[in-house]
Amino acid sequence: MTISIVAQGPSRADESEWSWRMKPVDVAEEARVRVESDSDIVTARMRGRALAAQLGFAPAMATLVATAISELARNILLYAKRGEIILAPIERGELRGISVVAHDVGPGIPDVMRAMQDGYSTSGRLGLGLPGVRRLMDEFEISSNNGQGTRVTIKKWLD
Amino acid sequence: MQVPILKQGLYLIATIQSALTDADIVELRDALVEQVGKSRSRGVIIDVTALDVMDSFATGTLRDVAHMVRLRGAETVIVGIQPDVAFSMVHMGLTLEGVTTTLDLEEGLDYLNRRARAVPGR
Repeated sequence: MTISIVAQGPSRADESEWSWRMKPVDVAEEARVRVESDSDIVTARMRGRALAAQLGFAPAMATLVATAISELARNILLYAKRGEIILAPIERGELRGISVVAHDVGPGIPDVMRAMQDGYSTSGRLGLGLPGVRRLMDEFEISSNNGQGTRVTIKKWLD
Repeated sequence: MQVPILKQGLYLIATIQSALTDADIVELRDALVEQVGKSRSRGVIIDVTALDVMDSFATGTLRDVAHMVRLRGAETVIVGIQPDVAFSMVHMGLTLEGVTTTLDLEEGLDYLNRRARAVPGR
């Protein structure tokens, strides 16, 4: 979405700065992607890559984010059938970055500690999904209650 | 979304042209494993240049393709893994152990041709 930013703040003396501030800029916004089919995995990771790029992440970093989203979206589909991916720009002090929340109301993960171990999978797959996502991102948080679904929050900060 | 599979001499060349869903990748795997027999191919090249990500599913399935094709008597080469994709695979801990990869299609064909010459009677 493109909106115009109206100049604000004390310094309006510089003409060039004024014109820069008046230019329409892309403002990154929160995006929600419902995950119900495997094409939603592709949609979620593409939206994530686009948001990361918009926030100023280099292509390699945007690919990391897209890969992490792909894993989380697949887990939703695989273990909970449906859920949601929420992409949002974040700030902490001077830091800017992107957060991805993947949540579902599926059966939950019986043993979160084991699910975070390399090579552990209950679906006969590689078992590198969650531990791999943790390695890709700067911050990783998971909460899962048996019978109450799973929520994974990951963050990547701009250098 | 279908991945076109081109028969070129003794080889099959599958060129991925956009992001693929998991179902698309599985479909590609099955098509290649079947086509190797139908065309009596000696080699398979999968061009992943246009693939947006190689996550655990894509990596695992492509590895399966290579192993299944080998069991059918042919050789697989994965070509065109982009720098950003390679970066992400390494960070995640994903490997294509036991699978031949080359920079691009040209190198992939070159590899298969050299290999064909090296094996007597083929």
